[in-house]
Amino acid sequence: MSLAATRVRYVLKRLIQSIPVVIAILVINFFLLHMAEGDAADVLAGEAGSATPEYMEQLREKFGLDKPLPVQLAVYLKNVLSFDLGYSFRHGMPVIDLVMDRFVPTLLLMVSTIVIAVGLGIVLGLIAASGLNTWRDNLISVFALITYATPLFWIGLMMIVLFSLELGWFPTSGMENVAAFYEGWDRVKDIAHHLVMPTVTLSLFYLALYTRLMRASMLEQAGMDYVITARAKGLTERRIVFVHILRNALLPVVTMAGVQVGALIGGSVIVESVFAWPGLGMLAYEALFARDLNLLLGIFLLCALLVVAINLVVDVIYSFLDPRIEVG
Amino acid sequence: MEFWRLYRRNRSAVFGMIILLVVFLLAGSAALFFPDDPFSLAGKPMSAPGENGFSLGSDTLGRDVAAGIAHGARTSLMIGGLATAVAVLLGVMLGGLAGYFGGWIDDVLMRVTEIFQTIPSFIFAILIVAIIKPSINSIIIAIAVVSWPAVARLVRGEFISLRNREFVQACHIVGMGDVRIMLREILPNCLSPIIVAGSLMVATAILIESGLSFLGLGDPNIISWGFQIGAGRTVLRSAWWVCTFPGIAILLTVLAINLVGEGLNDALNPRLRDHK
Repeated sequence: MSLAATRVRYVLKRLIQSIPVVIAILVINFFLLHMAEGDAADVLAGEAGSATPEYMEQLREKFGLDKPLPVQLAVYLKNVLSFDLGYSFRHGMPVIDLVMDRFVPTLLLMVSTIVIAVGLGIVLGLIAASGLNTWRDNLISVFALITYATPLFWIGLMMIVLFSLELGWFPTSGMENVAAFYEGWDRVKDIAHHLVMPTVTLSLFYLALYTRLMRASMLEQAGMDYVITARAKGLTERRIVFVHILRNALLPVVTMAGVQVGALIGGSVIVESVFAWPGLGMLAYEALFARDLNLLLGIFLLCALLVVAINLVVDVIYSFLDPRIEVG
Repeated sequence: MEFWRLYRRNRSAVFGMIILLVVFLLAGSAALFFPDDPFSLAGKPMSAPGENGFSLGSDTLGRDVAAGIAHGARTSLMIGGLATAVAVLLGVMLGGLAGYFGGWIDDVLMRVTEIFQTIPSFIFAILIVAIIKPSINSIIIAIAVVSWPAVARLVRGEFISLRNREFVQACHIVGMGDVRIMLREILPNCLSPIIVAGSLMVATAILIESGLSFLGLGDPNIISWGFQIGAGRTVLRSAWWVCTFPGIAILLTVLAINLVGEGLNDALNPRLRDHK
């Protein structure tokens, strides 16, 4: 079989493998929704002020809440597959519209965070590994240890105290200065200005992770046989590190970047609620306060599916980067 | 004392243990030094550190920040410890079964583990607490539910590597039951990695708990560091101390536990030590 065909088969196989995961997530979501106290009829009746038992019965019948559980599950699955995630009574909007509205700011925050955390983590890990046990290595290790132990929301608040309130360099919250009516390039600059602190906050924890990983990975690769071969061939140390070791050491970092996306989404709930960044995390925070479980579950579902999708993409990229990966 | 000799070689682990002991002392003596309810209004609101008899200041309602930190230490240690205990129990059970029996049991259990590892854990924890209603129990359940998969994978790996050793085969030959072999023969042999993973998990659990209570999902009757920070964020501009000190407490505690965990790793896994 040709190489291209094996690749396609691998991608298809991974796609099929992720189907049971998606179904399981949907079922978990359904049962969480079911476990929540009160159903849609209770919420609607509560919004209306009062309701007779007959009216409640009517409402339950309308939403299919009087049906047996498996039937409700089937209806739920059918709804989700047609992108119907229910209705947020607080916002008076379908959940899917709300969630899609807030998706772009979160994506912006996550992409900038991944770029900074992975990029800087690789650089710091490289510096630490190349100067093993020097003051640079020790400084980077202490930095990683401390950021690894600090709660994100606290870093965010302390950055607000220092850089917004004391120094006045960055805005405390929001994504843009709406009152200024910036357009075009000015608007981009304004958003970038607002993006700095949330990104730095969210990056710090993952930066620590990638730095430690990169350092360990560089050290592991440095002991391999091919490095001895390269040295025996008379290659310069610089070429060995940057061309031979670096390429191989990057592989675990790529895998980790995929694995950590789920955690990154959790971190963005915290960071977005600290900086009032209008993304999914902030929406989740608002939903929490308004006890809007429908909305919260919709956000959870979308995030879980996002993680599955990103893991899939990372696996496929990985199979291209490392031809040794079994694709059959 | 062999253990202590190995542990002591890691300086930062000794440092971590000292901080951790201080945190335990603080938690143990909270009721002694701050006998009043930490939620009680102890004096003038928004007093700066050192003013009006507040060593670390007071918050918007006049609650003593220092009292909150001392009582909060108990909350953090208790929730961190209990949640980890539940997660380790669950992980050892499922991972042990999967590793010992293999076959379809392994397949099913590992699929479940993978699914739980895919779900974004913090949002999952938020949902669980929000749905069961915030309380100590729901927080412990939520943290345990998102933490057990890592233990299960670890224990499964250990069980797989041990299940075909001679001593286990000998147990089979003398007619020992599966449960007894698992609990009395295999499990004691993989305790060290479980202890190390568990100790690091306490740190993560404390961070998750602080995040939950920061978002307002803490037990409303029990003070915690995350709650203090969450309550103080609105007055960040005028009363920086309300947020700052509980955060330092979290940072030091989590750092100390991580250092101790690494020290335990060095002391309990001598094989790994030389690779570093």
